[in-house]
Amino acid sequence: MSASAIFFYILSICILGGGLLAVTSKKIFRSAIWLLFSLIGIAGLYFWMQMEFIAAVQIIVYVGGIVVLIIFSIFLTQQSGKQMAKPSAGRIVFSLLAVCIGFALTYSLLRPYVFPTSSMAPVDMSVRNIGNQMLSTTEYGYALPLEVVSVLLLAAMIGCIVIAMKIKTQGK
Amino acid sequence: MNEVPLNHVLFVSTALFFIGMYGLFTRRNMITMLMSVELILNSVNINFVAFNKYLYPDKLDGVFFSIFIITIAAAEAAVAIAIIINLYRSHHSIDVKDAEEMRF
Repeated sequence: MSASAIFFYILSICILGGGLLAVTSKKIFRSAIWLLFSLIGIAGLYFWMQMEFIAAVQIIVYVGGIVVLIIFSIFLTQQSGKQMAKPSAGRIVFSLLAVCIGFALTYSLLRPYVFPTSSMAPVDMSVRNIGNQMLSTTEYGYALPLEVVSVLLLAAMIGCIVIAMKIKTQGK
Repeated sequence: MNEVPLNHVLFVSTALFFIGMYGLFTRRNMITMLMSVELILNSVNINFVAFNKYLYPDKLDGVFFSIFIITIAAAEAAVAIAIIINLYRSHHSIDVKDAEEMRF
């Protein structure tokens, strides 16, 4: 087993262990920190696949943005040291059953499948190539989805402000 | 990375998806449910990037799909947290059991 394969298995243990502890941990703040480890492991997986740009995006947006937002909202909404209520035993049993059956079904379909190997020359994954294709308006260009997603971000920003705004009562 | 077959990467992403699913089923706290949704979206991203890298290394489409998914996940998390904080203001709880006025 080469160093690259060992690195992959270590990263997968980090991702799956972090995810598992994030959904089972009793304290909500610890759960957020385990989610952070899992997301960093996923960024490492992208680095391992030599997708440096997407790994950087993952670290900036998820680790630097979403997890910090989640931790802030934990601080705003509850005592972080408090233990969360335990779900009922029946719910745990039936969720485990559903999840295990779903996983077994998916993986039994996946495992015997032989994927065709590609013989094409790999394209350069530089930011220059990604930017050129993202802004091109020709075939296989992504200019229209980029514009749509920027409108979506604007709408989400305005929506957040509207939701968070305090409505003044009529009497004052 | 050629020593690891694609099926092992897909095993990781499938397992992560079902871990997120388990969290969504068992947790009753809105912030932890949001964290489970993030895990599910990340497993989808792993799939897109792995398929792009292993099966179509001459194209970049998987990267674009992951970038758009990350963007939409960020927007979704921001709106969800605004709703959660607003709900906390009016109900003093972010448990889904305490917010069932619009259930029926």
